[in-house]
Amino acid sequence: MSFLALTALAIVRLNDLFAVVMLSGIYSLLSASFFLSLDAVDVAFTEASVGAGISTLLFLASLKLVGRYEKKSRYKPALALGIVIVTGALLIYGTMDMPHFGSPDSPIHQHVAPRYINDSMAEIGVPNIVTSVLASYRGFDTLGETLVVFTAGIGVMSLLLISRETKDHSKKLVPADMQQQIILRVVAKMMIPLILMFALYVQFHGDYGPGGGFQAGVIFAAGVILYTMLFGLGRARQVFKRQVLELLTATGVLLYGGVGVVCMLMGGDFLDYSVLRHDAIHGQHLGILLVELGVGITVASVMILIFFKFTWRTVKHKYNP
Amino acid sequence: MELFLDILSWFFLASGSFFCLTGAVGLLRFPDFFSRIHATSLTDTLGAGLILTGMMLQAGWGLVLPKLLMILLLSFLAGTTASHAMAKAALKSGLKPLVNNEENQPGEKPSKP
Amino acid sequence: MNIIGLYNYWIVVLLMMIGFYIVIAHENLIKKLVGLTIFQTSVFFFYISMGKINGATPPILDEKWQLYSNPLPHVLILTAIVVGIATTALGLSLVVRIQEAYGSIEESEIQVQDTHDQLECQLEAYGPGPDFTILNKDLTK
Repeated sequence: MSFLALTALAIVRLNDLFAVVMLSGIYSLLSASFFLSLDAVDVAFTEASVGAGISTLLFLASLKLVGRYEKKSRYKPALALGIVIVTGALLIYGTMDMPHFGSPDSPIHQHVAPRYINDSMAEIGVPNIVTSVLASYRGFDTLGETLVVFTAGIGVMSLLLISRETKDHSKKLVPADMQQQIILRVVAKMMIPLILMFALYVQFHGDYGPGGGFQAGVIFAAGVILYTMLFGLGRARQVFKRQVLELLTATGVLLYGGVGVVCMLMGGDFLDYSVLRHDAIHGQHLGILLVELGVGITVASVMILIFFKFTWRTVKHKYNP
Repeated sequence: MELFLDILSWFFLASGSFFCLTGAVGLLRFPDFFSRIHATSLTDTLGAGLILTGMMLQAGWGLVLPKLLMILLLSFLAGTTASHAMAKAALKSGLKPLVNNEENQPGEKPSKP
Repeated sequence: MNIIGLYNYWIVVLLMMIGFYIVIAHENLIKKLVGLTIFQTSVFFFYISMGKINGATPPILDEKWQLYSNPLPHVLILTAIVVGIATTALGLSLVVRIQEAYGSIEESEIQVQDTHDQLECQLEAYGPGPDFTILNKDLTK
């Protein structure tokens, strides 16, 4: 944990934004390994793929567009330091009453959690308790989260529009130097199918081990991004057309909400999967499968779309004066 | 037999950590970007491979063994390709490697080009 | 009060304060976003470290284990991580647009341009104000 503090302090002091972004990637990776040592395997998986992968990538893409160095500030930050120290002291005073690290009888473990742990196998039948809580017991929150990802995709699309008149330039947009990167292309051709297959594995294995929709969507997007980086944006946009991606973004959310509405039509509550099949446990399995699939589709297509928008912006500056 | 496997895996884990540490020392001490990449990529791939082999010996015959094998193959492929990509990108943006000129006496530091 | 038992909360507070400081004291917008990410991650630590039980296993049901770590913080933080990346992506696209509109992403320069634009708009709308040059006249003469 002290490594994390040191990395964060280094981020404060540096002026070179490229180094800051790299350090934040290291920070995310360190925190992922720290989550693993705290028994949070799903969270570590998500933090490693999202924080150390997609986040660093997006920061680097925007760094290309805005400039690499930070200007020195002209005023002394004494007031900011004062506020920070006072707030920190108040927070530390507030932690004096907190339960100790790792004690099994703190109040957080008393009320709802034993019910989830004890009854999850009987009511839902899925070994990964986090997936069962995420998709079934707290399924409504996950619907909201998918909608947040969808909204972010729409927001980025509306902010960084691809203008129509440059559409015919897209086929020429493979940078010439990328043609010569034989080693990278061969290795990528070997690895990209494996990455996509691994994403599908994580998606469907989320019931039995760490995994689920979010991690799978991000890994799928990472495979597509690798393809885009090596084979050019024009080719990637021909393979993953913009209309298809936008359609897929909406389809995932529609699938999630649609499962809820179908449950209502069959006589249960919204997102009560027990009524989907003759047997409650099979209904829960089917519901969790469909719902995670919807989440994975939305997350993958939104991440790919956001990356395409950012990269198109950098390429547009280079090729259209 | 168990003891033999344990000793062997201890040996692998310890040597793997040793190689990773020397790679880190090389990252800090070498004078030039290219020599640093060379040091870290070689030692990190070897170190990670040895650590994974030690873990494979500890895992026994089960589902974990092929997964560790695949992680080993992936780290071989991805690690070396990543350092190749870094070196190529550095060359393309104009960074030249530090070359030893003939005028230097043995024992002197090489001059920057 | 046991210090070792509370150490994890103090590190969380330290990281939170570092992120907070970056957000309010630095001017560059991208650095502020990185500071916001640090702040968010420290809150994740807070929740996850509260959910850990000594001697327990990750919450995946298995016959060999009896004691599991609390799965509820894991679910909350999973949602929080994804929401964090969504807001970061949106924030970065806003920064890109600000750069194109203002020409820089330092907060002080953006404020200068904003004030300048505001004064220009007022000048256009209301005309020039009363003539204060009379105050420059030398009144000792």
